[in-house]
Amino acid sequence: MIADSAPIVSLRDVRRDYALGAERVHALQGVSLDVERGDYVAIVGPSGCGKSTLLNLIGVIDQPTSGTVTISGKRVDAMSDREATSFRLHNIGFVFQRFYLMPILSALENVALPMAEAKLRREERDARAAELLAYVGLSSRERHRPSELSGGEQQRVAIARALANHPALLLADEPTGELDARTGTEIISLFQRLNSDGTTIVVVTHDEDLANAARHNVHMRDGRIVNA
Amino acid sequence: MLAVLGVAVATAMLLDMVMLATGMRESFRELLLSQGFDIRLAPKGTLPFDTDATIPGVSAITGVLRSNPDIREISPVLGGSIHIPVGARDVSAAVLGVDPTVQGDYEFLSGRDITTPDAIVANDYLLKKLRASFGDTLNVSAGYDPQTRTYSGQRKLVLTGKARFIYGATEQSAAAVRRETLEALGGGARRDRASLFMVRVRKGASPDSVRNWIATQIPSVSAISVATAIAEVDQRLSYFRQLAFILGAVSLFVGFLLVTTLVTVSVNERAGEIAVMRAIGVSRAHVVQQIVIEGVAISVVGAIIGLALGLVTARYLNSILSAFPGLPMAIDFFLFQPRAAWSALGLLVGSGIFAGIYPAWRAASLPIAESLRREAIA
Repeated sequence: MIADSAPIVSLRDVRRDYALGAERVHALQGVSLDVERGDYVAIVGPSGCGKSTLLNLIGVIDQPTSGTVTISGKRVDAMSDREATSFRLHNIGFVFQRFYLMPILSALENVALPMAEAKLRREERDARAAELLAYVGLSSRERHRPSELSGGEQQRVAIARALANHPALLLADEPTGELDARTGTEIISLFQRLNSDGTTIVVVTHDEDLANAARHNVHMRDGRIVNA
Repeated sequence: MLAVLGVAVATAMLLDMVMLATGMRESFRELLLSQGFDIRLAPKGTLPFDTDATIPGVSAITGVLRSNPDIREISPVLGGSIHIPVGARDVSAAVLGVDPTVQGDYEFLSGRDITTPDAIVANDYLLKKLRASFGDTLNVSAGYDPQTRTYSGQRKLVLTGKARFIYGATEQSAAAVRRETLEALGGGARRDRASLFMVRVRKGASPDSVRNWIATQIPSVSAISVATAIAEVDQRLSYFRQLAFILGAVSLFVGFLLVTTLVTVSVNERAGEIAVMRAIGVSRAHVVQQIVIEGVAISVVGAIIGLALGLVTARYLNSILSAFPGLPMAIDFFLFQPRAAWSALGLLVGSGIFAGIYPAWRAASLPIAESLRREAIA
């Protein structure tokens, strides 16, 4: 049993090296970080400083070269693919810069997709998907395909999809990167509303407005956290 | 759409080759069995009407055959050719001398059958050449010398009816008379001779046992059951079968490569989408399943279009090949059999599954973070 006071994300001395041709790239060089439950953290820094690598490790879609990553009290740094997939499905919601919705599915079906993977009954997932689309203000667009939605609407569908299985943690990688300023502001407001409703959010961004909306900023440079 | 059409063309070719590989054999088998005769006796070492050779001693052979209680009917057939002058022209035709009550060589269509020794029935093609009507008397000769334009062994026969000759070739003039009439036309040389015996066995009796019995009792003839005839035809048609097998295999391989290429291109284009699916918790197995289904869907749609296309092309090719001189009209090179269609469809769907597995597994095995990083850079 993990106490609610324990950090939801805990990284200790995490390193991540890549082979880039003959060269070895040290993307993360001994990063330690705690994110409290209910927090809203923005990871900022120049391009190539290791922000996305850090987010990928927190999201269990990558594994560290060394160090430990604990999410919701569970070590995730050495999980098998099957374990990691199941962990992500039930514990983590992802939002990406590009929305990556399934083009042949409607907004409702896209949101219901992770629930189908989690083997929820159709009625349950349709009801939950409708509820989430209403939460992000897209009740009237349930039956629309991604190609019939604006960029901001597609990102809101992607956020609803990320929340489908009640994740403990919502991760977003440049969620306003492909949006105009006005639509970006709508997404920032939506993230603030989500956080005030209890969702823990970690976001990687270059967008100052989005970073300013977060409760805490983590600054990175050359694979290290320079100011948390 | 173009890619699906490509799969359809490969399917059409595969179906045609499957039909070609089995069609002629099945068609030949159906033709042999169509009149219910199970065994043919031909001059030793030949197939029926393969040469001009004849079997002597029809009466004696008939007597021997009648001694076997498993033999129900015997139809000796004498083959030859006749010449009929029409104005200044000579019209020649193949002729069969048969007993009309037990014959299995033609289907009588109209008029009167060869119930009298002076009767002759002809096929539609010969009737058109003769421009004759039922009841007309024809001067029929067994021989014709084109140098001197003289006929030998001439006899007057009455055209009594029209028939369709089952083993006749396209655009072949053919006629039938009673066997004794044809014997008389040929003078002494054809007396008591037959080109072929057709034998019908009693229901329940084994044609192969009867065939073996005949081979022992009458060693001067070749006894051919439907099975041995098919085996012989199989041997002669092995070239067709090999060709069909090679072209069919090539079609299948081309279809396989097309689907693999299509699915691989599709997967590469959607690498980011697949990585995101994996990131949100979609399992590797589910990704593989979806992509394999995609490959199968392309194969099935292509195969359905291809089956229709294959049937149309088979019909067209069959009409060309069936016009080959000397081949019985009833022989089909491309015979549609539901089993052939199912085989082609099954092979295509199978290849669609295999075609999808490699790109699917490759897609599902891509490192998620690395794929997303590449997508972001792209």
